[in-house]
Amino acid sequence: MTTTKEQELPVQELERVTIRFAGDSGDGMQLTGTQFTRTAAVFGNDISTLPDFPAEIRAPAGSLPGVSGFQISFSSTDIHTPGDEPDVLVAMNPAALKTNVGDLPAGGALIVNSDAFTQANLNKAAYASNPLTDGSLKAYTVFEIPISSLNERSLDGLEMTTKQKDLTKNFFALGLMFWLYERSMEPTLHWIDSKFSARPVIADANKRALKAGYAYGETTEMFHTHFRVRPAHLPPGTYRNITGNEATALGFLAASKLAGRPLFYGSYPITPASDILHQLSGYKTFGVKTFQAEDEIAAIGAAIGASYGGALGLTASSGPGIALKSEAMGLAVMVELPLVVIDVQRAGPSTGMPTKNEQADLLQVMFGRNSDSPLPIVAPATPGECFDYAIEAWRLALKYMTPVVYLSDAFLATGSEPWRIPSTADLPSIGVPNATKGDGPFYPYLRDPETLARPWAVPGTAGLEHRIGGLEKADVTGNVSYDPENHHRMQTLRAAKVAGIANDIAPLEVYGPTTGDLLILGWGSTYGAIRSAVERLQAEGHSVAHAHLRHLNPFPANTEEVIRSYRKVLIPEVNLGQLLMLIRARYLVDAVGYDRVRGKPFRIVEIVNEAVQILKGLE
Amino acid sequence: MTMETNGAAAPHTNGDQPALSPENAQVIALTRKDFVSDQEVRWCPGCGDYSILAQTQKVMPDFGYRKEDIVFISGIGCSGRLPYYMNTFGFHTIHGRAPTLATGLKAARPDLMVWVITGDGDALSIGGNHVIHSMRRNVDINLVMFNNRIYGLTKGQASPTSEFGKRTKSTPMGTVDTPIMPLTIALASEASFVARSVDTHTEHLQNTLERAGRHKGSSFVEVLQNCNIFNDGAWRDFTDREVREDRMLQLEDGKPMIFGKDRDKGIRLRGLRPEVVTIGENGVTEADLLVHDEAAEDPYLALVLSRMFWPDFPVPVGVFRAISRPTHDQLIDGQIASAVGRAGEGDLEKVLNGGETWTVT
Repeated sequence: MTTTKEQELPVQELERVTIRFAGDSGDGMQLTGTQFTRTAAVFGNDISTLPDFPAEIRAPAGSLPGVSGFQISFSSTDIHTPGDEPDVLVAMNPAALKTNVGDLPAGGALIVNSDAFTQANLNKAAYASNPLTDGSLKAYTVFEIPISSLNERSLDGLEMTTKQKDLTKNFFALGLMFWLYERSMEPTLHWIDSKFSARPVIADANKRALKAGYAYGETTEMFHTHFRVRPAHLPPGTYRNITGNEATALGFLAASKLAGRPLFYGSYPITPASDILHQLSGYKTFGVKTFQAEDEIAAIGAAIGASYGGALGLTASSGPGIALKSEAMGLAVMVELPLVVIDVQRAGPSTGMPTKNEQADLLQVMFGRNSDSPLPIVAPATPGECFDYAIEAWRLALKYMTPVVYLSDAFLATGSEPWRIPSTADLPSIGVPNATKGDGPFYPYLRDPETLARPWAVPGTAGLEHRIGGLEKADVTGNVSYDPENHHRMQTLRAAKVAGIANDIAPLEVYGPTTGDLLILGWGSTYGAIRSAVERLQAEGHSVAHAHLRHLNPFPANTEEVIRSYRKVLIPEVNLGQLLMLIRARYLVDAVGYDRVRGKPFRIVEIVNEAVQILKGLE
Repeated sequence: MTMETNGAAAPHTNGDQPALSPENAQVIALTRKDFVSDQEVRWCPGCGDYSILAQTQKVMPDFGYRKEDIVFISGIGCSGRLPYYMNTFGFHTIHGRAPTLATGLKAARPDLMVWVITGDGDALSIGGNHVIHSMRRNVDINLVMFNNRIYGLTKGQASPTSEFGKRTKSTPMGTVDTPIMPLTIALASEASFVARSVDTHTEHLQNTLERAGRHKGSSFVEVLQNCNIFNDGAWRDFTDREVREDRMLQLEDGKPMIFGKDRDKGIRLRGLRPEVVTIGENGVTEADLLVHDEAAEDPYLALVLSRMFWPDFPVPVGVFRAISRPTHDQLIDGQIASAVGRAGEGDLEKVLNGGETWTVT
């Protein structure tokens, strides 16, 4: 927290605040966080969020595994991450306190629902003694507030059970935070009205709870000040708050419009990709066809079938589902049809930690098929960028007649940021290769000399009847071939087609000096932490630059030139060194990795510390 | 909850495709030869697949579809090669997954006629899940399953329809797996058209394929096919010319179930079980026999028939079930039409600007 100005009124101006709401997964913490986010976004702050919830829908109430959290960082300046550590922790019960207090720095504000600190709840959280009274929290500024009972009192006279009343206490906490940070309650009051329009009593209760929390802040003498975080200076434009999954769905919708081909989405429910299916299934007025398949294989099979028929076949999953789709991805490589496969990565292996973040499927999508089976891979770096790379994925798939993998992850998918809404007129165009009948016989594997793409000859086109399949193709004719030299030629052609894309993608950009001591190279959702770390290192006078790959296969044509321009290359990844392996193997550069695989994004300070260590070694 | 549909998805009164109009026939005056591709057919000499291919090519002109509007999709196995030999669009996919590609293709392109060519291993082992779900969705495809009770392309392992105890390369002491009945599976999966024929019964096979092709909705056709290399004579006991009339039951809609050279045997229901009776013996008359009703709303009769097999019963062939219900593509398009009818065509600009927005100047 940076104090910039002290006013007469007890208002403290801050540049940036990070709040974490933590409670039982039945306490509505995700909703509370989302409401605070909306309010901050509409107010004009830059924001970044990190929801953190268990895979269990309702773990036993009050238990440690049942804790659900939502961290939001909001700022008057440009920010890239949801914050390394919260400034304020709102803990609705002992379990939430226990699992989250370790992240709160000394001096941080801790708001606890003291009503929840009963012996039973303390036992569930395995507290031997009550932390509110045993002195273990003395490093923090603790605000003990009987949220449950205050809230219940504010709902006096409403025809609700005590249990129902208790379900609204998250709005009390939200109202208090709104007061503390000078936020308007209006957006949330509107939201409550529309959400519970059919249940006026519930709407009334939630509104009363919100207002009671706000009034508590105003009237109690517990808080000696409240805080102001001014709007951020974002580039001009119209903004909305957007999660990665929302931007992904919108991006693929836009791609369909830009290509002039209908979108077909085949998918099987899997965390954290399911929201894309939910959203796309609502776009029927655009002619989007969504198909909830019987399994992951059927989902991709149907997408390939749709692409074969001339639609944009799209499928999505997370790591375990991608494993099931692998054989069909190989078929798409062989038959050279356009297809996009979304992988919203999560912590693995196997079922792993379904709701937690990881970026460890890179080598899986790069190599996880039989034989040499190259395909392009794109990876957005921020929630908003998910939109742009959905369009880019289809541009490549159609221009090069190839399946493309689009790598998102749990952090991007559920995290959010303000997104400057593009005008549809500014979106890039997407070319569609239409095969038509020419003179002479039709050759389904006659390639475009420049892109090496084969024609997209869709059923219904007279004179283009042909047969394709998973068996090796004779060059040009596409007939089944076991000829040894032909196989070598076809393997080489498929690889050359994908490799050639390097010249058709944006070069790798560098933030910072174009030569120097250290390049920090990343990909995917580590963008925010790396960029913040590099800003900090540069401010401290270090010769450090940041480059972030959005194309992981092939790499941009200037990648080698960039990485050879620094004395050392550091590659932080939320895996055990996958991009690191590719870069070292490809360029014979002695890059070093930094990995923390905890189901969470990096902290900025971790990358700063690692970089400082490396820089010391260079002295 | 009621399913949202519009007029396009309303149930048809008749489950069949419209018959070929004379006008169409003139425009599309195709013959069997038009459907023969330039690829050399490479099945083993004497394989039953040759006949299935020939009958398929023969009936193709009857449907009134142009060649370029017909797609053959196959999985893996000897049957999987069939699309290469059809001069239409063709897609030889991966093991067991042909129905999935067909589902996506048909959803994206309802205008196409889509055939799925598969085998007993492809459809019932590795691809069993997809058969079930393509049928329950009533995807408008014609699935033809070549059943030779063996894995041929991999050189002779037991398949899901191999007899219990069958000795094969993979089961030297006999398979310990109970076989499944393909048509029972199809019926349990809510297929709207279910039929069986035999590779060598060419006229019957043509008629069956023709009926399947004209059916609007998911058609499941089991073709009893001989693999003369790895399972020769798999069906000989009841399909051979000398015995077939006594050992097979030709199903005819609305007719009593009578079979036998002398047309004196019939099928009667006793409780829940069928039994073979002789007309004229023990007071049995034709009126006691089951009457075939392929359009019966419930599947019980068809399920009973699907369980009847040699040597306990004559093997029923023909159409077991043919009912009409909205197809997958009709329902999908119906929802889209309904959404567009209510809200108009989607406006990308509007969706991008949806939700709460704010402006920075």
